Amino acid sequence: MVGRKVGQPIYGLTVRDVTKHFHRTKKSDEKLRFHQKIYRLFKREKETIRAVDGISLDVNIGEIYGILGANGSGKSTLIRLISTLLLPDAGSIHVFGDDVVTHSMKVRRVMNRVSVEASFFKRLSSAENLVYAARLYGISSTEAKKRARNILERLGFEAKRMDEEMEQLSRGMQQKVAIARALLTTPMLLLLDEPTTGLDPKSKRDVQTFIEEIRDERNAVIVLTTHDMAEAERLCDRLAIIDNGKFIAEGTVKELIAKAPPQNDTPVTLEDVFIALTGKDLEEEGT
Amino acid sequence: MLNIGRETVISYAFIERNFNLLKRYLNWEILFFSYSIVNALTIGLIMVGRGSSQDVLYLVIGALIWGFLSIMMREVSDAITWERWEGTIEYTFMAPIYRITHLVGSCLFAILYGLLRTGLVLAIMPFFFGEHIDLGSANWLTMAVTVAVSSLSFIGIGLMAAIFPLLSPEKGQAATGILQSVLLLISGIYYEIEVLPEWLQPLSKISPATYTLRSIRAAMLENASVESQAGNLLLLLIIGIVLIPLGFWVFHLAEKYAKRVGRLKRSG
Repeated sequence: MVGRKVGQPIYGLTVRDVTKHFHRTKKSDEKLRFHQKIYRLFKREKETIRAVDGISLDVNIGEIYGILGANGSGKSTLIRLISTLLLPDAGSIHVFGDDVVTHSMKVRRVMNRVSVEASFFKRLSSAENLVYAARLYGISSTEAKKRARNILERLGFEAKRMDEEMEQLSRGMQQKVAIARALLTTPMLLLLDEPTTGLDPKSKRDVQTFIEEIRDERNAVIVLTTHDMAEAERLCDRLAIIDNGKFIAEGTVKELIAKAPPQNDTPVTLEDVFIALTGKDLEEEGT
Repeated sequence: MLNIGRETVISYAFIERNFNLLKRYLNWEILFFSYSIVNALTIGLIMVGRGSSQDVLYLVIGALIWGFLSIMMREVSDAITWERWEGTIEYTFMAPIYRITHLVGSCLFAILYGLLRTGLVLAIMPFFFGEHIDLGSANWLTMAVTVAVSSLSFIGIGLMAAIFPLLSPEKGQAATGILQSVLLLISGIYYEIEVLPEWLQPLSKISPATYTLRSIRAAMLENASVESQAGNLLLLLIIGIVLIPLGFWVFHLAEKYAKRVGRLKRSG
């Protein structure tokens, strides 16, 4: 256990003042002369993007913590920072008391992630992809197949299709395989980065029901990023709204709804809160 | 603490995965294999009717060994490129495995695959060349030892080349290709390095392929023993011992850089 004072509670996930900036080449709309283009090739102007800007959060064991935000608001960068794929510029992240930078190996053993892109070797079958992923965690091929079949069947994926190449499967089915890949390793911290984006209503419902089952069965910590207000309301115990890399509100759905200005006839929804706080519409910005 | 047994089992994941991919892309493999045969044949046939059977074998050895060393050098880099394209690199880097386990797995596959492909091409050569090549005086032991020792150097180079696709899959493949073509030029694959311009010759002396080719040609053409090639083999061993840790270190630095600037993601 690193960075914890005696008597301080151990959260499943603790993020403190984490900041991540990226430097990108500035794109210019102005029409340039030939010599200016050549000059720009050698002296590119950089701009700094504050992808995550001083974020702090604590997630308890057995809790689903939601992060609501538009595209480019910093959700995925935060997930990558937690999952050791990015190094923070400032701040600290602890998973069950272990620092993700200095104790990355220990953290990786208890964590897994599902991203919006179901990244696989497209020409391999789902069984081959899952066995490969499981072996990296020291799980044997037989055990991996057994666990995968169990998880996929619960997600409504026919086990007989496990030998089909990934590219033959629909987006929804691929995402179910991605969820199976993450759960094969029985993670204590599950990072779900827009797991239902782009799925058909049935697949979406299957995945959401499964997330609820996981919460009820295991004492895992689940962080869920989403665009979908209904999903956030259904699944999350607590929520944060992220905009331009900053958390601008945090609380239960009830607490967040209380932050929106009251309306005359219709009840206030989470979407109203989001628009009131960010000035943005998720549907326009996002999916 | 590194658990060697566990890490060895895990490194098998990369070997199995790559052989599975090889099976799925069998059409491409047949194409590459045919190309290797045609390449060795066309190069060897240049000397048929112009030189002795030794001259033919000189060129065939060049084609075969360059094919093998190229696989050693490219395979790790190609595996990283592939993972970057598919987006799976984030999942590999997120897994609780040491980078050395990951890269050793890829290197072991490269050795097995290189031996398999080169061995098959070598087995086919006598059917085409007949009496034009004579393998009767070949010292196979010296050849095997040279291939084993030189593999170390090329794996070291391969590890360093793998940082290019790690940082940029598009530019990375081109950079690996440039490195490979420079080695092809300077290492005396199809000619003696003495025919190169004088200013290029010092570069030949630091290329492990120069010593590999020298020893393998001595073994295959002159029945040279392992002892007679001790000097070359020692040099190859030293280059390998230097290049492998250097390759791991350079890869580690590149990984850290990629995590700092956000180069691992494909999208999102």
